[in-house]
Amino acid sequence: MKKIKCYNYKIDKNDFVNAGKVSSEIKKNLKKIGFTNRIIRRIAVISYEGEMNIIIHSEGGEIDFEIYEDKIILKINDKGPGIDDVNLAMTEGYSTAPSEIRELGFGAGMGLPNINNCSDNFNITSSKNGTKIESTICLE
Amino acid sequence: MKIRDIKDILKAKIYTGEECYDKQIQGVFASDLMSDVLTTEFFEDKSILVSGLNNPQVIRTAEMLDIDAVLLVRGKVPTEETIAMAKDNEMVLMSTNYNMYNACGILYSKGIKGLSNEKNKVL
Ligand SMILES: Nc1ncnc2c1ncn2[C@@H]1O[C@H](COP(=O)(O)OP(=O)(O)OP(=O)(O)O)[C@@H](O)[C@H]1O
Ligand SMILES: [Mg+2]
Repeated sequence: MKKIKCYNYKIDKNDFVNAGKVSSEIKKNLKKIGFTNRIIRRIAVISYEGEMNIIIHSEGGEIDFEIYEDKIILKINDKGPGIDDVNLAMTEGYSTAPSEIRELGFGAGMGLPNINNCSDNFNITSSKNGTKIESTICLE
Repeated sequence: MKIRDIKDILKAKIYTGEECYDKQIQGVFASDLMSDVLTTEFFEDKSILVSGLNNPQVIRTAEMLDIDAVLLVRGKVPTEETIAMAKDNEMVLMSTNYNMYNACGILYSKGIKGLSNEKNKVL
């Protein structure tokens, strides 16, 4: 299927000042293009959870956002240090976030499960060189 | 119930969004953890997020879900940055001196029900 548009956004580690800016921009772009609010909300949740995980848990990374005729793909990739046990990380409520992060409102251990629930197709792989998430949303 | 009624019964101070006083509210979700909020399906234009979290992330989270009213509890005074972000997103931002439990209890007693995490359902 033909790729209609793609965007790339860089995200720095510990960048709490800009936290959420990328997802906000993605959301605005989708509104302009004219997707339904429901689709936009699902993508916004995926992107925001992915963005926050890069900021909180990784050495920095990026989100590639690709629009096709029949689907949208988000690729959320970072530079490490990776997740030791991906199955455990996918468990609702599992979090290694320290208390400073909880004070910021994160660390419920719901981010990865939320990304999974909002995706039609979800794939995660992780090594010490980085975590890669690919999330697909089918367009109705 | 309208935003203006909520403001009155909770003796809330409004920081942004006075122009939305007449908006009807149908559902509430309360949490200090943003990923908990992000599991929930809100009614567009008709939901309110109650939180003790006083930082810009509460507005960002509301923005992602098209929630357009945020109520801070325990008399939290939002920072300039939080107010500016709420304004940018045309969101109502208000603060009540009641704590989370009492604020929610009062809203519940007035007939506003909680939103459930099961998609699209109101408890
Ligand atoms: N990009 C990442 N790099 C390294 N570890 C990660 C990454 N993303 C998630 N993790 C690990 O997986 C755990 C679960 O992630 P998840 O997003 O589900 O919850 P959380 O970020 O801890 O809290 P929440 O997302 O609810 O605010 C994290 O606590 C962290 O240990
Ligand atoms: Mg997370």
